[in-house]
Amino acid sequence: MSAKRMNLREKYQRMTRDLAWKPSYQSEDDIFPQAKYEGIIIHDWDKWEDPFRLTVDAYWKYQAEKERKLYAIIEAFAQNNAQLNVTDARYINSLKLFLTGVTPLEYAAHRGFAMSGRNFPGAGPQVSSQFQSIDELRHAQTQIHTISQYNKYFNGFHDWRHMHDRVWYLSVPKSFFDDAMSAGPFEFVTAISFSFEYVLTNLLFMPFMSGAAYNDDMATVTFGFSAQSDESRHMTLGLEVIKFMLEQDERNVPIVQKWIDKWFWRGYRLLALVSMMMDYMLPKRVMSWQEAWEMYFEENGGALFEDLARYGIRMPKYWEVSVKEKNRLSHEVWSIFYNYGHAAAIHTWLPDENEMAWLSEKYPETFDKYYRPRFDHWRKHHQEHGRWYNNTLPMLCQTCQIPMAFTEPDDPTQICYRSSEYKGMQYHFCSDGCKDIFDDEPEKFVQAWLPVHQIYQGNCGGASVPEVLEWYHLKHGQDNLEYLDSQDRANWLRWKGLTEQAEAVLQKAANE
Amino acid sequence: MSNNVFLALQNNEEARPLIEAIEQDNAEAIVRHFPAMVKIDCPGRLVVKRETVEALIGRDWDPQEIHVNLISLSGNVEEDDDSFALVRNR
Amino acid sequence: MSIEIKTTSIEPIRHTFSNVAARLGVDKPASRYQEATFDLQATVNFHYRPTWDPEFELFDERRTAIRMQDWYSFRDPRQFYYGTWTMARARQQDVAERNFAFVEKRNLLDTVSDQGKAKAAEILVPLRHMEYAANLNNCYITAYGFGTAITQATSFNAIDRLGIAQYLSRLGLLLDGNSGQVLDQAKRDWLEAGHWQPLRELAETLLVTKDWFELYVAQNVVLDGLLYPLVYERFDAALAPEAGSTFSMLMEFQNEWYADTTRWVDATIKTAVAESDANREQIGNWTRDWMQRCSAALGPVADQALGANQGATVLGELRDALVQRLDKKAGLSL
Repeated sequence: MSAKRMNLREKYQRMTRDLAWKPSYQSEDDIFPQAKYEGIIIHDWDKWEDPFRLTVDAYWKYQAEKERKLYAIIEAFAQNNAQLNVTDARYINSLKLFLTGVTPLEYAAHRGFAMSGRNFPGAGPQVSSQFQSIDELRHAQTQIHTISQYNKYFNGFHDWRHMHDRVWYLSVPKSFFDDAMSAGPFEFVTAISFSFEYVLTNLLFMPFMSGAAYNDDMATVTFGFSAQSDESRHMTLGLEVIKFMLEQDERNVPIVQKWIDKWFWRGYRLLALVSMMMDYMLPKRVMSWQEAWEMYFEENGGALFEDLARYGIRMPKYWEVSVKEKNRLSHEVWSIFYNYGHAAAIHTWLPDENEMAWLSEKYPETFDKYYRPRFDHWRKHHQEHGRWYNNTLPMLCQTCQIPMAFTEPDDPTQICYRSSEYKGMQYHFCSDGCKDIFDDEPEKFVQAWLPVHQIYQGNCGGASVPEVLEWYHLKHGQDNLEYLDSQDRANWLRWKGLTEQAEAVLQKAANE
Repeated sequence: MSNNVFLALQNNEEARPLIEAIEQDNAEAIVRHFPAMVKIDCPGRLVVKRETVEALIGRDWDPQEIHVNLISLSGNVEEDDDSFALVRNR
Repeated sequence: MSIEIKTTSIEPIRHTFSNVAARLGVDKPASRYQEATFDLQATVNFHYRPTWDPEFELFDERRTAIRMQDWYSFRDPRQFYYGTWTMARARQQDVAERNFAFVEKRNLLDTVSDQGKAKAAEILVPLRHMEYAANLNNCYITAYGFGTAITQATSFNAIDRLGIAQYLSRLGLLLDGNSGQVLDQAKRDWLEAGHWQPLRELAETLLVTKDWFELYVAQNVVLDGLLYPLVYERFDAALAPEAGSTFSMLMEFQNEWYADTTRWVDATIKTAVAESDANREQIGNWTRDWMQRCSAALGPVADQALGANQGATVLGELRDALVQRLDKKAGLSL
């Protein structure tokens, strides 16, 4: 008997959705209890177009090939002490931000996609979600294994998981993901697969990994790009979910639009941390935040939303604010971290003359006018009176949880404050975007675990900075403070054979 | 506003024939090199054909193998036995 | 500026992450499995209650009746993290691929009697639906379970089950030359044939079982503990006179998979029952309860597979073997 040739699509359908059956002993509502409560109407799960058609055997084959390559490089990297080949020890701080801020999100995504992989009633989206779930676990684990080598030689990494659940700026990424996971499966996938992965993730991974490549960190480049090879599948899932909801019923359109608005803004605020990484934390810069935003959001995102226009979807609300902010975002965020560098698990510093020249060139309209004078002032203060830190706890935005330091869309000199009243209490926001999100779901956002509130309420080990740092497991004098006087820098100089300079750094740190 | 789709590949030995195949089959493709990465933009549609890649590497090639070296993309994916394509739906 | 580095002078300032060091007792180098597993899941300071289950936190120990001081006392004896898991499975799939190719190339199915082929189609292929339910069940445990030590292993298990469902589907397609008739018939049987209904009813009951640890016991311990030996040992042996080793080759993946998975399942139960008498009692009760239900559901399938009235005897033997296994390997005496 000669076998009939099956095309990829037929074969894949047989291997996935054909496995499911219509239950008769239990009701579908009991088996998939989360399918309807978000208000999304699905008439026919069979209309789902599989975004990619990978069977499990092929998945194992390709993924194992990627893993073998990646671990060979991780191994060689450790054996050669290649952490010493990066451009400068300041660069390492971007990895600290990554491990404490991003890796826990990869893990959360693993669990979140297991939830949607169980909760979608169609086998197509179940399987796509489940592959993504397991990929996300891969990302978390390969990041841990790569960065493990850095942890052995640098401070700030050692208790990343503990810190993620406690440290003030890490509540920004944590609350982002908690928000998505505490929503239903449709909103979760819109938030993560579409708004984050499809629209915004290029701004997280491209700069990080290109940054790593420019700064000679080949291990990070490798895990990053190896992870990205899964990401393209995830982006495709994100787009498919959106199209599927929009095609199933027009009553889904306003719900999806609302989620796109919300999750664009949530994601954009989260990326503020990436903007400072790009413009301030890379000793060798790849491109400015503004350039990246233009390339990956304005150009590319624009084309995407034109694609979706035929379904009645428009650009996310407040996207034009993100464009107005693109030439100040990174400077405002780095300033926050410089202010609170004593309470952060990364080192902070002021850009040197060459770096300021680069910033002036990249941000001709804003840098010299607004930010250079600020940095000059702080530098002078450091030289004359020692490094300055802000000992007043900042007010945080109730939604994105970033300290209130962003400026008015049309006035870079005025801090933007918004507020809402809910059940007799005042809540504060950094932007119209964050206020709108709160106003739509106040009962959710009043629950936020706001780090500053928690300190005041006595839930964080005490009211003084040393007590809070201890509760964070943040080692004072090692994990925090100014880079110039840090152990990291002293060790780096010593490893590079510059022993005298290393001694001088340690001496200076001891005096302060 | 731009109508481009794009594909980003790791800049390695395995991706080289893929890039060459893309250049052969997509006259309007613009290939740009970044650190460790190659980004290829193309207006409207970009296709990687099995036949072209196989001619360049001298062995069977499954379009799904592209996932091993793919970093990022933009556009709607159309995948079948003979090609991997990205398109804009206008 | 290029500076010669004396590697001897470069000493690490710590050996592993603080949470790992705290568990290992001393700051010594940790294994990849340990660094990739310990404390990965958040346990405190969640921002918002889930809108789909506001009684609980996003991750919450109270979603099961089982209690643990430390959810990371569970260990996977295979030390599977993503990399080791996927590489192990890639090796196994490579063997499976060769086996399928060999059977196809040598037309080995032509050497099997029509009756043998029909029997294989009738018993093996509908099980792809059961594997799909097992996939969703392990996905549920991954979603709502507590602690990465268990949930990462169940996430691997979930994908494994989908893989097995796909191998069974390929077997069906191999039997009918890709026409799909075997798969269609198997699905009709799964939905309508009397001897499959008790198992399908059980599968649907598992899909609405809320306590994730109970689901683990029901699916991974009891149902698999009876079904795998029934199908991949007893039924395989019964097919041999008709089919030689052709079907054994096509089921090699499942056999090997079941062997490594059993070690992990036993280790999990062993840790949970050793924790407290309350756990021991709860898991004992679940096991007894599901043993009865699974055994009843498998009875008609066993009869169909092995010949009328064979089912009860064989399932009795398999129950005894499972009871012994749990006693010996998992420290659970029933």
